[in-house]
Amino acid sequence: MALEGKHKSRYAGFSRRTLLLSGGMTAVFGVLAARLYQLQILDGDRYLTEAEENRISLRLLAPQRGRILDRFGVPLANSRRNYRVLLIPEQTRRGVGPALDALGQVIALDDRTRARVLKEAGGNKPFMPIVVAENLSWDDFARLNLDLPYLPGVQPDVGETRGYPYTEELSHVLGYVAAVSPEDKAKNDSGDPLLDLPGFRIGKRGVEKTFDKEIRGQAGANRVEVNAYGRVIRELEREPGHSGEDVYLTIDQELQSFLYDRLKDESAGAAVMDVETGDLLALVSTPGFDPNAFNVGVTLAQWKALTENDHKPLINKPLAGFYPPGSTFKTVTALGALDAGVITPDTVFNCSGQFTLGAHAFHCWKKGGHGSINLRQGLKVSCDCFFYQVALKLGIDGLQAAARRLGLGAPTGIEIPGERAGFIPDRAWKQKTFKEPWQLGETLVAGIGQGYILATPLQLCVLAARIAGGKKVSPSLVHSLGAEKRPRAPVEPLDFSDDSLEAVRQAMIAVANEPGGTAYGWRITDPAFAMAGKTGTAQVRVISAEERASGIRSNESLPWKLRDHGIFIAFAPTDKPRYACAVLIEHGGLNAHPQVQLARDALLLAQKRDILGRPPAYPVNSADASL
Amino acid sequence: MSVHSYSDRPRVVPLRQKLAEINWTLVAMITLIACAGFAMLYSAAGGSFSPWADRQMARFFVGFFILVAVACVDLRVWMGLAYPAYVFSLLLLVAVEVAGRVGLGAQRWIEFGPLALQPSELMKIALVLALARYLHGLEPGQISRPFRLLVPVVMIAAPVVLVLMQPNLGTATLLALCGALLLFLAGLSWYWIAPTAGAIAVAIPMVWEFALHDYQKARVMTFLNPDTDALGAGWNITQAKIAIGSGGIIGKGFLMGTQSRLNFLPEKETDFIFTMIGEEFGFLGTMALLALFVTVIYYGIGIAMRSRSQFGRLLAMGITVNFFLYIMINGLMVMGLIPVVGIPMPLISYGGTAMMTVMFGFGLLMSAHVHRRIEVPRHSSGMI
Repeated sequence: MALEGKHKSRYAGFSRRTLLLSGGMTAVFGVLAARLYQLQILDGDRYLTEAEENRISLRLLAPQRGRILDRFGVPLANSRRNYRVLLIPEQTRRGVGPALDALGQVIALDDRTRARVLKEAGGNKPFMPIVVAENLSWDDFARLNLDLPYLPGVQPDVGETRGYPYTEELSHVLGYVAAVSPEDKAKNDSGDPLLDLPGFRIGKRGVEKTFDKEIRGQAGANRVEVNAYGRVIRELEREPGHSGEDVYLTIDQELQSFLYDRLKDESAGAAVMDVETGDLLALVSTPGFDPNAFNVGVTLAQWKALTENDHKPLINKPLAGFYPPGSTFKTVTALGALDAGVITPDTVFNCSGQFTLGAHAFHCWKKGGHGSINLRQGLKVSCDCFFYQVALKLGIDGLQAAARRLGLGAPTGIEIPGERAGFIPDRAWKQKTFKEPWQLGETLVAGIGQGYILATPLQLCVLAARIAGGKKVSPSLVHSLGAEKRPRAPVEPLDFSDDSLEAVRQAMIAVANEPGGTAYGWRITDPAFAMAGKTGTAQVRVISAEERASGIRSNESLPWKLRDHGIFIAFAPTDKPRYACAVLIEHGGLNAHPQVQLARDALLLAQKRDILGRPPAYPVNSADASL
Repeated sequence: MSVHSYSDRPRVVPLRQKLAEINWTLVAMITLIACAGFAMLYSAAGGSFSPWADRQMARFFVGFFILVAVACVDLRVWMGLAYPAYVFSLLLLVAVEVAGRVGLGAQRWIEFGPLALQPSELMKIALVLALARYLHGLEPGQISRPFRLLVPVVMIAAPVVLVLMQPNLGTATLLALCGALLLFLAGLSWYWIAPTAGAIAVAIPMVWEFALHDYQKARVMTFLNPDTDALGAGWNITQAKIAIGSGGIIGKGFLMGTQSRLNFLPEKETDFIFTMIGEEFGFLGTMALLALFVTVIYYGIGIAMRSRSQFGRLLAMGITVNFFLYIMINGLMVMGLIPVVGIPMPLISYGGTAMMTVMFGFGLLMSAHVHRRIEVPRHSSGMI
């Protein structure tokens, strides 16, 4: 019985404990049920959204960047296929380093690339793809695709890369495209998602920069279902986006290449322009740079070579280089004085080799002087004393006003960035800057284009075009974006009297066509193509009294850096001008007058090619074309 | 007097009668749960029986016969096998420590020819058997005497330490909890229970500092704040919660779970299979499964309560508690309530050894049911 009792008490104790434990287990199931209620019913919608975000990925489709073409449809910038390899850090199984090691077995990866990718992987969100290598050969690309199953996180990609077939020749006009910098992203006002795309390129200079948004196009997108490894399972929706617009320039590639080729060893700027419209046919800056290199990313050595070159390849000289215009400015002095009526074409001044004002002697370039000469003679031989006296009559106020009316001292408003205004001095500026009144001697110096006056080669080309055509043209080099012509203000007549303009034109014809003219030796002999012009040199050193007494040293005998700048402005043909041209060769003021020779050859080529007479390839509709 | 007459001589029951005694309702429910597992494995493979569902079905088929066979073996035979099985399992655990091959970063497997065996799984059964046998032999109240208590504590501690060394925190926890609950059921005095619970509470910070592996600490840290490392160690928890939660009330439908189909769910066919049920069948599906689990557990408790022998009671409860602990740890884990430890969902997760041990366990439970009327003397060493 005792045993039975013990049995009973043991059973009772077990039952009690079992009951307690059952309670505990029930409580645990209650917790599980409550948690499921919370996850599935209370927060179900939120988790459903998260599951959808997991599975659906919005992928941007980069639009094709528009081409840039010349006036006859020659492609100057285009896009070609670019086989590249991307790495998505979060999809690598063992981190970025080992993934690169594995990738290095398939394609060549240098240490620099490794360091860059590791740095980018540290700074980016882990799901943003990083471009590891670009412009792979087809063989490498095919091998990569074959090995893909063993390379988690690696993604082959066919992108496009910008190509500039004429490399240096158009580098300053076209500019280049390069990777988006953090500053670009900060300035991305329109919030274009393309800028976040890996390896996306935007225009950084020239036409590529100014019209970047139009050339870029609009991003398309496709909504795809992806699995946990980012592999696309299927496409759900696709919005194709829009390709960028093609840009038609007014430039003639052949003329541009011709000028570049002749100037490529110099530090020079040159422009050729339609005197009726201001359309630029050539805009050359030498030396140039290879824009393709910027697209890929210039190496440190390349960058050093570009920045340390004393010919300054990165400066767009026709726009951003400013120089004393020298004797080419005498056309301005003449026109201003004629228009103001202070001289007539027959007014005669004497040149004894020097002109004395107060205690100061102002020298003519010709030691013995030119004797008594009129405007036509004075411009033809570029007599300094003649123009000292014209400037004195006109005064600085008239002179600076004439210069501004001819487009000097202010940016021309050309479409590409980086333009400088040059400089035209006046009384107020002198007083403000030096706390001194304007001196008469300074008027004399200004009259021959020296002293404070600075102009860009493009401004000098505009000057030549305005004198030649009598129209207030402004330079432009972009004709149309896509099928749409760029709006241009109608060209107004120049506010100088026709007689004054004709007198200066005749004098410029004499310069390049009459014996004794400073450009006579390099004239165009075919009368149908004859050119008019004005030479100029700009001193970059001070000539001392001793040197003047013992004979001024020739430019050929001086080191390059100390030689005068050689300048020439011209137009052609002489009877009904169509083309204007300006050439400036830094430290190129040699007796052989390379700048005059080049302007001659360029104007001859332009006329023989009949650039303005041939129908351009602009895709504008007929209504626009008739304007 | 009559009491002695039937306890001295073993009562031999014919096999046919034993088969009739098996609780087929319980077997049916177990089969139902297993079928839910097959369905999820079929779905996890993207609508295919291979590679998981077909093999799991074959294992269950074998397991089914193991269950029936084990159920028909006399309870006293199991009692006699208890200690040898425990010693054998313990030796295997030591062997795995010495010669086991490294699988999934931890030594958990031992190879017998073509068979890869997890001794820790065997130990789950062996420990229950051995503890039930030892506790069966004690007078009521003896369990609370220090020297009597020391034996089962060592019996629990030895495999727990070995499993921890593998290292396998999940199974060690399961063994320790299962053993402790058996002591509790055997009537361990509250004077022991209360201070021990207090000591454990104090020990946890020290264990954290000195005993846990870095990966174990990382699991805990990630668990406490999964969003800080949502793409690394927190990935499992985050994705599991998204899967369960996104199922909503009625789920996305069979074979329609995006989280699993697109591989966002890690280990979806093993430890995280419950999340698939949540995703494809929603709150209704998870509740139905929990209801089945609860029913099986209450059947187990019922069997224990009806068993005449203390061995049968403790064995039945040990198996039931073991089953419950599996569900609790796995459930809490996939729902993000405790850190991720490698414990599968019983009968559902893909895995050979686990299926066999669970079915073997149910066989023992069923044996306790079939032989519930048998009185086993306290000092009997069983039938062997």
